[in-house]
Amino acid sequence: MRIALFATCIVDAMYPATAKATVRILERLGHEVVFPSGQACCGQMHVNTGYLKEAVPVVANHVAAFDTADYDVAVAPSGSCVASVKHQHPMVARACGDAALEARATAVGTKTYELSELLVDVLGVTDAGAQLGSYFPHRVTYHPSCHGMRLLRLGDRQSRLLRTVQGIDLAELPEQDQCCGFGGTFSMKNADVSSAMLQDKAANIESTGAELCTGGDASCLMHIGGGLSRQGSSTTTLHLAEILASTMEEPASVIGEVRVSTGKALR
Amino acid sequence: MTTFLGMPALPAFGSGNLFAGESFPTAAHRELGNAQLRANLGHATHTIRDKRQAVVAELPDWEQLRDAGSAIKQAVMARLPELLEEFETNFTARGGVIHWARDAREANEIVAGLVRDTGETEVVKIKSMATQEIGLNEYLEEQGIGAFETDLAELIVQLDHDKPSHILVPAIHKNRTEIRDIFLREMPGADPALTDDPSVLAMAAREHLRRKFLTAKVAVSGANFALADSGTLAVVESEGNGRMCLTLPETLITVMGIEKLLPTWQDLEVFMQLLPRSSTGERMNPYTSLWTGVTEGDGPQNVHLVLLDNGRSAALADEMGRSALHCIRCSACMNVCPVYERTGGHAYGSTYPGPIGAILSPLLTGIEAEENNSLPYASSLCGACYDACPVKINIPDILVHLRSVDVDSKRGKKKVPSQMDVGMKAASWALSSGKRLGLVEKGLPLGRLAAGPDRKITKLPGIAAGWTQSRDIPAPPAQSFRDWWAKEHRNAGGAPGTPGTPEAGPSRTLSPDTKETPQ
Ligand code: SF4
Repeated sequence: MRIALFATCIVDAMYPATAKATVRILERLGHEVVFPSGQACCGQMHVNTGYLKEAVPVVANHVAAFDTADYDVAVAPSGSCVASVKHQHPMVARACGDAALEARATAVGTKTYELSELLVDVLGVTDAGAQLGSYFPHRVTYHPSCHGMRLLRLGDRQSRLLRTVQGIDLAELPEQDQCCGFGGTFSMKNADVSSAMLQDKAANIESTGAELCTGGDASCLMHIGGGLSRQGSSTTTLHLAEILASTMEEPASVIGEVRVSTGKALR
Repeated sequence: MTTFLGMPALPAFGSGNLFAGESFPTAAHRELGNAQLRANLGHATHTIRDKRQAVVAELPDWEQLRDAGSAIKQAVMARLPELLEEFETNFTARGGVIHWARDAREANEIVAGLVRDTGETEVVKIKSMATQEIGLNEYLEEQGIGAFETDLAELIVQLDHDKPSHILVPAIHKNRTEIRDIFLREMPGADPALTDDPSVLAMAAREHLRRKFLTAKVAVSGANFALADSGTLAVVESEGNGRMCLTLPETLITVMGIEKLLPTWQDLEVFMQLLPRSSTGERMNPYTSLWTGVTEGDGPQNVHLVLLDNGRSAALADEMGRSALHCIRCSACMNVCPVYERTGGHAYGSTYPGPIGAILSPLLTGIEAEENNSLPYASSLCGACYDACPVKINIPDILVHLRSVDVDSKRGKKKVPSQMDVGMKAASWALSSGKRLGLVEKGLPLGRLAAGPDRKITKLPGIAAGWTQSRDIPAPPAQSFRDWWAKEHRNAGGAPGTPGTPEAGPSRTLSPDTKETPQ
């Protein structure tokens, strides 16, 4: 299958290792990955902050980059960006009265999948250890992000995949369905409330004794990781794609831009 | 502005207790500092939402019930004027009197006038959101009429001269020791040996209220539902104090928002399943009272209904926002909201706190009303409210819609654009082209420099300072993914941005020269 990667702006600029891990997983399954170079961002930051007019060119750019490229399905390692492509793009096009753009956006959205959704529903991965060689001998806890959970209804796809990683010690996160408090510009406009939510999330993570917290959204992980780092915690965050891509021969640490474990080098 | 028919060109916005005196972030900052409040709230919301979860899970057709509730309400909004007229005809035919109030001021004047006509100076009240919204108690007091709340929690809040902070559990922010202190201080004739045992407190309130019920000649109530086909009103409650108010006095005055209508008796079936489960986490509430006009020799002989608009027509005119009027005030959305859980209801300024308040208050009053424009931003858009709402109000989408109305209403008005305006414009330019984003990413090494040797950014200027108040930002990578991909594929013989050959496979993506060192 020919799979187009939507790296998302934050992964592209801040967490390239997550995108590389995604490529690695898909290629290991024997698929061809393409990267439509016109892509930039899904525009959810603009839409969610009320800047609909400014969101229009961002959305139009994404649609143009993806509806001209030649691929079977598109994938992004981010639930919230996929939710934006699927739910917000047609809405933005409608709001600016562009019926043609709306139709194209809907078509692109239909072909776009979140990583775990693609792996489980389309590519038939049921055992990451056996099918991808995933090996990650660490105590990990998992935070399902709001958009994946409530907008995409990912259910337990992500945790199911994680559970089949060899060597993993997966600790259940208390109150896992609670928002981490990121919410894009919410974290700046309502910094106090966002910090209070983050504090509780961090405390729950710490209570599991996990070395790191994983999830499917780079932005939430940046938020959680940033809070843990500020609190001087030794726990950090790592995207689920990097755990799935980690193998016995090439453990996550060699491709990680994200520090994997303070003071405890990965073997 | 009016048309030649004398009709207002735009429906009027509402007034009353719907406005915040300060912006949400400011109020939230203050409320967050109250550790007792946070502990009380966290405990209470967790308890109610666990109960709700359990009873909702019992119903195999919960999702269909939500769909039905949503569809009925949508139908009501589509033909509201017609249904209101049908209701008026039936209510009047059974001996009731209808009054129409455009806003809070009109509604208050009508109620005060009705009370004055009875010659009484005291009324008993059953918990009502509509009368909270219009500030009826305060208005009556100004007119020399004492209004006594009979709902236990509402009584606590009233005695303490406080405001409710939850629509169902108005005293959610108080614990039992605080309640005992309030009773000792404010309740006439309270036993000085009062303990903080909940049953002892309940008995004290009961004695206090009994005296009121037996002497009051006038009662004021709200209504949860109004059935158009029979002209019936309904109140759903837990303590039975409402039933006392609805049956003992001679005059009953109900104040109700015009959106509370249901077309038929049969529709009530759906809502009687949705409401108790969503609000108190019970399969059925203890008391449901329905009354249809006047019954000779039984119950109040003067029955009035004030139908309140107060901005509801304006909300109805907002195509995206109108479904906020479907709300049955169950409070499920606030019980699951992580923002409400931490700030409590007072931070929202309005009678309606939490997620529904964040959309309803600006819809009723207009987003340009002072300080209310911070309410739609008081959400991380996590979507828990939408999942919990028994009538499926898409609160996150309405929040986003109201944010865009707010941004647009300010466009062009400001002489100097805000930092957010400038940032969003710049980001729009950079993020609407792969080439431009690539160019911006060339600056990533600068960020690495700013991060310093410990590889984190701990202080940012301007609006971004909110982020670094409690979170670090990791140092950006040396190279963006886009750059890496272009170089990789150039090395592999392809043009930048074109796919590599599949045979190159994983070993290429992880060739030794592209490995990055762990940090
Ligand atoms: S918006 Fe929905 S969940 Fe919230 S109070 Fe209204 S009906 Fe209940």
